[in-house]
Amino acid sequence: MSWRAELTRAAALAWKDLTAERRTKANFNAVVFLAGMILLLFGFAFGPDAAALRAAAAGVLWLTVLFGGVLAFNRSYQLELENGALEQLLLYPGSRKTIFLGKLAANLAFVFLVEAIVVPVAAILYDLPLARPFPGLAVVLLLGTFGFVTLGTFYAAMASRVRAREVLLPLLLFPMLVPVVVASVEATSAILAGDPMGDASAWLRLLVVFDAVFFTASVLAFEHVIDE
Amino acid sequence: MNEMDDLTSSRFSDIPLRQGRWVGVLGWAALLAMIGAQAIGFAISRPERDMGHLQKILYVHVPIAWAMMIAYFIVFVASILYLVRRRERYDLVAAASAEVGVVLTALTLVLGSIWARPTWGVWWTWDPRLTTSAILLVIFAGYLALRAYTEDADRRARWSAAVGILGFLNVIIVYQSVRWWRSIHQVQSSPDTVDPSYALALRLNAIAALLVLAYLVARRYHAARLERAVEARMEMAALEKGGAHV
Repeated sequence: MSWRAELTRAAALAWKDLTAERRTKANFNAVVFLAGMILLLFGFAFGPDAAALRAAAAGVLWLTVLFGGVLAFNRSYQLELENGALEQLLLYPGSRKTIFLGKLAANLAFVFLVEAIVVPVAAILYDLPLARPFPGLAVVLLLGTFGFVTLGTFYAAMASRVRAREVLLPLLLFPMLVPVVVASVEATSAILAGDPMGDASAWLRLLVVFDAVFFTASVLAFEHVIDE
Repeated sequence: MNEMDDLTSSRFSDIPLRQGRWVGVLGWAALLAMIGAQAIGFAISRPERDMGHLQKILYVHVPIAWAMMIAYFIVFVASILYLVRRRERYDLVAAASAEVGVVLTALTLVLGSIWARPTWGVWWTWDPRLTTSAILLVIFAGYLALRAYTEDADRRARWSAAVGILGFLNVIIVYQSVRWWRSIHQVQSSPDTVDPSYALALRLNAIAALLVLAYLVARRYHAARLERAVEARMEMAALEKGGAHV
């Protein structure tokens, strides 16, 4: 199959998942409200001091995205487990990498939509400037989320199919995310502070490298994980 | 017939109940080497000027940390071999090494903490090596949890091989990213604590730690083979019993 056909197939798969989500919105609504609740909880944990909240904001924002987003990944495979849909999917011609790309695209769209709500809410609750650092922030969110969702989609392919999926996915995924979290949080806090030291671009370049490494590894390993 | 009776019957005679005699020899060698290395360590090296006898913890801590890295490297290599060759024994070697690696990592962290408290004044510091060891512990605890929760043997082997390879590669990236993170925060690095005059005790302990590693991996590998053999027989017995309905 040509790569164009593969891409069409990946897009069709992503569209299928997003359509299923759009028609119920159950998962999206739950994750958005949970993320909002996590932002409030961190607010209580760090106290009402505005300066302390602003200092912690970059880390809080990323942890909120992580804790909310991790709930989306298992569902993207669980949809396939009902009525033997996964077997059907594997029977279709074409490479199995395409299944990964399709799932990845759908999960990315999901997490970006969650972020589109969570980031403005965080800016309001934690009194962050949003207009000025917006372009830089958008780049960090794009790169950080890509690394996070790539690994999340990969590990959920396994975790979603065992009994203890709720605890197993974060246990497998979060330690792998340490480099992405470190780079994303550092870049975000640099950008929110107006990037006085010019650190942000170094962390962004690192994020690009992490994304490339984890994406390549996940795509290569996916075929060993999905075939049955 | 009850399943446990089933397992002892002659149909299960090919289960490898006995392990090689060399494993027992290895175990005694590991124990004696451990005792000997401590005895020599206490006999030949004086209490260190600043740390006193506390410094003897390092004789165990450092070699155990080396053994831990070797254990994870075995997981990495065995996992690649499994994915390439698909032989069960590579999967079982990886599993045995991961179990031993997790125990050694926990031991490294505990010993390091006990040493760090009086020396650095804190139980924990965000040093790249410490942080990376803690992340390693969680990564391979996740690896073992995945194995425990996956019932199908072939699936378990493939999945844990993928997790083992990615986990091992990630360690290098975690280490580097924590270093960069720390360097930006400008905190002092850990002091170089090993003096050349203490090298002999350290070397003897390294040999002892390697023997302990080899012994534990050999024992766990044997246990894993037994478990697999029993699992396979139970599957077969279930198939035979239910044969009429299939």
